[in-house]
Amino acid sequence: MKEKKSIMDRIAESNKSVTTGIDEKDIEFWVTIYIMGKAYKVPAGLTIMQAMEYAGYRFVRSAGCRAGFCGACATVYRKAGDYKLLTAMACQTRVEDGMFLVQIPFAPGNKAIYDINKEKYNVGVLLKHYPELARCVSCNTCTKACPQDLEVMDYIQEAIKGDFKAVAQESFDCIQCGLCAIRCPAELVQYHIAQLARRMYGRYGCQEPDHLKIRLKEIEKAKFKKAWDKLLKASIKEIEKLYAEREREPD
Amino acid sequence: MTEIKFIRGYPEYLRELIDIVNKTRMKRKDYEPPAMSKEEREEVLKLHPDYAPGGKRKISIGQNKGDIGPNEVVDLIEAYPLIEEEEIDLSKTDYNVDILIIGGGLAGTSAAIWANNQGIPPEKILLTNKLRHGDANSMMAEGGTQAADRPNDSPLMHFLDAMGGGHFTNKPDVLKALVEDAPLIMHWLLELGAMIDIEENGEFTEKWGGGTCRKRLHSCRDYTGLEELRVIRDEFRNRKIQCLEYYPAIELLKDGKGRVAGAVLWNFETGDYIIVKAKATILATGGFGRLHIRGFPTTNHYGATCDGVILAYRAGAKLRDVDTVQYHPTGAAYPQQIIGLLLTEKLRSMGAQPVNKDGEAFVFPLEPRDVEASSFIRECYIREKGVITPTGMRGVWLDTPLIELKNGEGTIENAFPGMHRMFTRFDIDMRKDPVLVFPTLHYQNGGVETDSEGRTNVEGLYVAGEISGGVHGKNRLMGNSTLDCMVFGRRSGIYAAEYVKRAKRNGKLLLEHMKKYVNMLKEAGIKPERRAPILLPEYRGKAVLARMIDIF
Ligand SMILES: Cc1cc2nc3c(=O)[nH]c(=O)nc-3n(C[C@H](O)[C@H](O)[C@H](O)COP(=O)(O)OP(=O)(O)OC[C@H]3O[C@@H](n4cnc5c(N)ncnc54)[C@H](O)[C@@H]3O)c2cc1C
Ligand code: SF4
Ligand code: SF4
Ligand code: FES
Repeated sequence: MKEKKSIMDRIAESNKSVTTGIDEKDIEFWVTIYIMGKAYKVPAGLTIMQAMEYAGYRFVRSAGCRAGFCGACATVYRKAGDYKLLTAMACQTRVEDGMFLVQIPFAPGNKAIYDINKEKYNVGVLLKHYPELARCVSCNTCTKACPQDLEVMDYIQEAIKGDFKAVAQESFDCIQCGLCAIRCPAELVQYHIAQLARRMYGRYGCQEPDHLKIRLKEIEKAKFKKAWDKLLKASIKEIEKLYAEREREPD
Repeated sequence: MTEIKFIRGYPEYLRELIDIVNKTRMKRKDYEPPAMSKEEREEVLKLHPDYAPGGKRKISIGQNKGDIGPNEVVDLIEAYPLIEEEEIDLSKTDYNVDILIIGGGLAGTSAAIWANNQGIPPEKILLTNKLRHGDANSMMAEGGTQAADRPNDSPLMHFLDAMGGGHFTNKPDVLKALVEDAPLIMHWLLELGAMIDIEENGEFTEKWGGGTCRKRLHSCRDYTGLEELRVIRDEFRNRKIQCLEYYPAIELLKDGKGRVAGAVLWNFETGDYIIVKAKATILATGGFGRLHIRGFPTTNHYGATCDGVILAYRAGAKLRDVDTVQYHPTGAAYPQQIIGLLLTEKLRSMGAQPVNKDGEAFVFPLEPRDVEASSFIRECYIREKGVITPTGMRGVWLDTPLIELKNGEGTIENAFPGMHRMFTRFDIDMRKDPVLVFPTLHYQNGGVETDSEGRTNVEGLYVAGEISGGVHGKNRLMGNSTLDCMVFGRRSGIYAAEYVKRAKRNGKLLLEHMKKYVNMLKEAGIKPERRAPILLPEYRGKAVLARMIDIF
């Protein structure tokens, strides 16, 4: 029987732990986790997300990219015998024996409404839209909660000063998971504040490159029109030839 | 036993295999296997999932009858709807809008903003999402976005590159729109305040993308899609455009004249449906990676299940090039937590070498993607020189420490911060140890056929983004799909807005087309075993599923 299987079938077979549900026959090592207090024996070495699926949870909420980019899978947990309340992305964190966990499917957060075209590039903008910034008590809880290891408190301090560039650079890897905001005693929504700062910096703190402006003018003035007319009339053969003749710019 | 013993991220037996790779590294540092000849390439490509026999079949019903597609896609085309006509009350509409947009990735969100720019008020636009607004493939683009905006480059060169990449099967007029709008999209992103990488001298940082003759890949560190989409989404929110989350579209609606006129949406949490009436509908539901074509893992997000293509097909829209699937050679194969996730090509262009279990470099690291992927499959399944992971998967090593050896210490942390962070989370130090890779399902090349304005052949129905077919032909180049989303998101938004201003649209809502489709299925002898769209993949454990009973 075995020899008859095609290579594609064998590949599909070997991938099945991630493409279909996990079969307990294939598992050697187990851990026990507590999902919202209920104990489940799950295969060791899975992410929290995969382990919950193994246990029978089918996600509608709390699962998006499954790769650490979208911030949908915020999770709060404690380890047995440890006083610390820990935070993680369920798709990027391995289960550990004795984890007590719950997912946070939604973080209510106030977002300011503004027109980026009408804002002035001055230090007061962030405080104007988010006056609660002033309430930060520098407790550093946000930084400890951040699964991206960002220095959240630092960028909030920069935000109070109105330093768009510093906030923009320090907050750049934020995936807007909301974990900082739900832990903050001053009730700040750090990720929305950072979003505004980044847009201000991107819009007003950086110059549009000249070469882009020139290209836009050229297109507006239909500089390439003749060449387009010719190219679009060309046969596939001719296009293939042009393609083969392209010169690659040096590295 | 409860825990596997890991030594710096790897179980003991893999540690022993890593030692073999470590031993041959210095020898391999200045050696690279030669690129394959044309004949060798043709031979190895027979192992590629897109060419290996058995993966595809003919579509047996509808406007593309006779065309071939991957079995997993044809299965869904040849599947019954989720609803029956009788159970849906079409007399009461919950939303009456000018434009309904289905799917809020880069394409759908851009469409909403540009429709609004065109004068459609925010309360006359509705964007609906299956998951949260932004849980999408768009968020995950690391590499960048192409635009020909440097003096030594031109939209025509961009056009030629994409044509060659697509094996000359692209729709030329649609591709022209893509490349010619690209600089405008860059300008738009800057205006919105996106942080695109810029050099000290004020010019864009532009990198190589595979298959291009110019450096024109714009990036936002290694979080390009994240930056683009979160900025565009923030702008969308500032405009107070109506938005629904966890409300997937499960069927399109038509009017008496055969025009698309809205959709049935389903509340994913409470299970009830709502009816949206719209003068124009834009489908922007993205790709199909979660169908795990040929059993491959995928780079795609949780909701990439081909829904939009199925709904459009039932409504009479033509498809094209759905038969070609893009696989990326270097998906992660270990650890289990990240199987399938993308490890960018740039690793290899900076010196990382694919290596087999005996520590041999077996392939030129920068063959075209399909050749490179096939050679990994050959190494693992024909030559039996792959490494078997703890989950039974096979893979080859990607010797990342070579990057540091060739370019100096610290290169990995500087050039690949996101990826380095990902492996570090699982205690793997890719600067010191190689990582395991295997090809992964990456991109839907074809889809619903469009013209340069985002229109389909069905009046009132537009598509934009990965769901569409034509612009990339049979193979997309890196950096052209985020661009595609923004260019055709914008275009579909603008042209749909113009259309709704012109068109007198106030007919009755009907599900006649769905009924006809069901009849076609019956006539073709297809049994009602499968239903589509599937909305989400099924990953629950086998043991639990076997004991599940439906009582509440
Ligand atoms: C890991 C990765 C890396 C990539 N890197 C690059 C790169 O460097 N450069 C590049 O140009 N491209 C890249 N791509 C490709 C590119 O990101 C995508 O093709 C593109 O962003 C798709 O955008 P979209 O708007 O069409 O779809 P998506 O961004 O996937 O958005 C579609 C949305 O529609 C929703 N949806 C689906 N079905 C329904 C339904 N029935 N009802 C309502 N909503 C629905 C989805 O949940 C999702 O939110 C990459 C892709 C991946 C996965
Ligand atoms: S800054 Fe806050 S929202 Fe952003 S990633 Fe960190 S914890 Fe999440
Ligand atoms: S958690 Fe809140 S109060 Fe504490 S440092 Fe962070 S922003 Fe300030
Ligand atoms: S699911 Fe997107 S970050 Fe975890």
